[in-house]
Amino acid sequence: MPVYKLNINGKVREADVPADTPLLWVLRDELQLPGTKYGCGIAQCGACTVHLNGVAMRSCSLPVSAIQAAAITTIEGLSEKGDHPVQLAWDELDVPQCGYCQAGQIMTAAALLKKNPHPTDEEIGNAMHGNICRCGAYHRIREAVKSASTKI
Amino acid sequence: MNTTHTTSRRNFLKLGSLTTGGLLIGFNWFDNSVKAAVVAGGDAKETLAFNSYLSIATDGTITIYSPNPELGQNIKTSFPMVVAEELEADWTKVKVEQAMLDNKFDRQLTGGSGAVPHSWMRLRKAGATAKYVLIQAAAQQWQVDASACYAENGFVIHRPSGKKLGYGELATAASALTAPADVPLKDRKDFKLIGTAVRNVENKNIITGKPLFGLDFYRDGMAMAMIQRPPAFGTKIKSVDAAAAKASPGIVDVVTFKNNVAVVGNSTWAIMKARKLLKIEYEKDGNIESSEDHDKILKDLLDNDNGKATVQRKDGDVKAAFAGAAKVIEAEYQCPFLVHTPMEPMNFFAHVREDGIELIGPSQTPARAREAVSKMLNVPEDKITLQITRLGGGFGRRLKFDYVVEAAELSGIIKKPVKVMWTKEDEMQGGSYRPAVRYRFKAALDGSGNLVGYQLRGVGINAGNSTREDNFPSGAVDHLLIENVEYVSPITTGAWRAPITNFLAFAEQTFLDEVAMAAGKDPVQFRLDLLAKAKQKPVGAIKYNIDRMVTVIKTAAEKSGWGTKKDVAQGFSVYFSHQSYVAQVCEVVMEKGKPAVKKIYAVSDCGQVINLSGARHQVMGAIVDGYGNAMYGKISFKDGASEQKNYNNYRIIRMKEIPEVEPHFVDNGIDPTGLGEPALPPTGGAVANAIFKATGKRLRNQPFSAEDVFKA
Repeated sequence: MPVYKLNINGKVREADVPADTPLLWVLRDELQLPGTKYGCGIAQCGACTVHLNGVAMRSCSLPVSAIQAAAITTIEGLSEKGDHPVQLAWDELDVPQCGYCQAGQIMTAAALLKKNPHPTDEEIGNAMHGNICRCGAYHRIREAVKSASTKI
Repeated sequence: MNTTHTTSRRNFLKLGSLTTGGLLIGFNWFDNSVKAAVVAGGDAKETLAFNSYLSIATDGTITIYSPNPELGQNIKTSFPMVVAEELEADWTKVKVEQAMLDNKFDRQLTGGSGAVPHSWMRLRKAGATAKYVLIQAAAQQWQVDASACYAENGFVIHRPSGKKLGYGELATAASALTAPADVPLKDRKDFKLIGTAVRNVENKNIITGKPLFGLDFYRDGMAMAMIQRPPAFGTKIKSVDAAAAKASPGIVDVVTFKNNVAVVGNSTWAIMKARKLLKIEYEKDGNIESSEDHDKILKDLLDNDNGKATVQRKDGDVKAAFAGAAKVIEAEYQCPFLVHTPMEPMNFFAHVREDGIELIGPSQTPARAREAVSKMLNVPEDKITLQITRLGGGFGRRLKFDYVVEAAELSGIIKKPVKVMWTKEDEMQGGSYRPAVRYRFKAALDGSGNLVGYQLRGVGINAGNSTREDNFPSGAVDHLLIENVEYVSPITTGAWRAPITNFLAFAEQTFLDEVAMAAGKDPVQFRLDLLAKAKQKPVGAIKYNIDRMVTVIKTAAEKSGWGTKKDVAQGFSVYFSHQSYVAQVCEVVMEKGKPAVKKIYAVSDCGQVINLSGARHQVMGAIVDGYGNAMYGKISFKDGASEQKNYNNYRIIRMKEIPEVEPHFVDNGIDPTGLGEPALPPTGGAVANAIFKATGKRLRNQPFSAEDVFKA
């Protein structure tokens, strides 16, 4: 099996895995980064969202061989102290219920605000549409994205 | 060093010194004889000896153990709030830990919106008894009368002198004291924490991606596994060719047990790939059913009085009432199967060893899971430990323990620690569904538009009793007959958030709207009139609280400006489920010729609200859940196989589709009555009734999105 050198959260990490292994399972099974969640496995729910060169990507459907030198950021690396404006807004607005989808929601929201720091409700809805929250915490997720957008 | 306190003569709280010099309190409010707190090696997790407890360290840190599984209902925050309130603790110094499964707790489960109502007094007494002995300890130290002392924000204060001592400083001395069983509790008006908005204690861990969930559990040497179960209900394994799967890289073993073929490996991706290489032949093992068969079966059970119906409730003479009616209204409602599909897929870790079994994972009923594993593997329960991880949702799915037993069984066979994981595809064929149900209602009105006769026949696929025969309007109608017929199918079902009422409420509340319209009455006034009748001249037993229901109805009408708005169509619904009451008003406008659901007002009477942030969140989430599943949710079957396999064709509501929700709570001073489910049942009816107001079209079938009003 090839050994992949990956740039994850600012560090070079090595993974000795088959080429078709999705990034999700490299993170979770090989690199002890279980913050990125497994949901549907077919890029429909967004629980596995990470950043690839700052863009939100579904890691469950991204083969490790396609990543090459791209910079990957996971929820564990979004901020050093858990104080990214999106994370702070999530706490302030008390967003999580079960919490399982929230890493993916946060990563999608952070990527949105990086590209578009002051999105409209419609733009938030479009960007967040791929992230399912089965608990239905959507009202607070939307409010938290708006709140973070005032502090970014 | 272990410290054990023996049983005292009276029902006194027991306190034991922690090896760290702190105070540990255990209690059991059931027994007259108090069990001893056993503290071993300062490791609190291993020493949990009573039905709940808290510890106070000498630095003032208070640790409160939360026994019930947390799945998003926010119990891990609300339980400790109640303890901290009575303790007069400094909330910022409270640490909360999830307790292991332990026999010393009672009702260590999450289901039926019952945890807070069950534990309310127990938690208050836990805090109050600790406060009592801390005050006693301070009074002894100061040599003053305890009645001259009070507790506040983690300190005991001597009122005349203003002297104060922190709980940490008092913990050791207090550990030698006992408190009476009838320790005084705070007056509600003095609550400082209860009823306020407190953030989830786990927020920081969730937003930074800490491994809180069962699926996040990894241990060196652990195997991982996925299980191929039959692809259709009514089939069993005929033959298995696992050669290719076994030869696949990273695979440790392929094991067949019962109707399961488990692929065991050292990485998730390896087992996912190898599983696809299995060649399994299945053969018929029972009825192989499709949804079209169910349609015919349910229709037959409604149409034909075949003697199978169970009478659930009978008041007066329905036959005579309908024979003499001025007007008869009849309607049928139906719903499909739904799957729970919590975000975190089913999973459990099991390690069957020579000397016992270790179980780790997400379960709503850990005690029943342990019991089932014990029976299956013939290992005594006291040799089985179960660590409850945070649950990435449950919705009733994790009330079943099939996935726990299966993991333990596999570990026993392969003699290795193993984490068994499911995919969404596994879950959608996995044998736990909200049952498909059909209802036929008949109502008889007299010449003045009064409801004098009411009939309901519920029929369902593995639904048990598909009615709730004592719910409103029972008790308000002179002549009433409620019957049920169950069809037993190989397609197994389970409790889905607000079991039965998640659909029954929609049917009943929509039908009542139809009856009100036929009677020429306002739907809100129609319900109030019926409740007034139930109050004045009750018919048979009344098993709901009329006053509580009236209050939520009137409050919802007031908050929503019922009947005063010209630019929106409003629909009304009210429901009593579990132990709480919720009324909802939905507002719909027409956009491009289609109804658009804009807003839902919800007025809940769940008794005392503990955490306002959590309570609001529960109501909003339950409404999104109720609305989303009424709109889009559907599992259908073709030849025993579910036609929906994953989120690409099982539709879950998404952010852009939610209406605004405005939650309100009735403050009536009664003890908490639960809120995990009760806000869900009324939603479908409020939505359907508003859509009728807007379009003149009745929605009687779920999912709504398949109905004509939503088609182009």
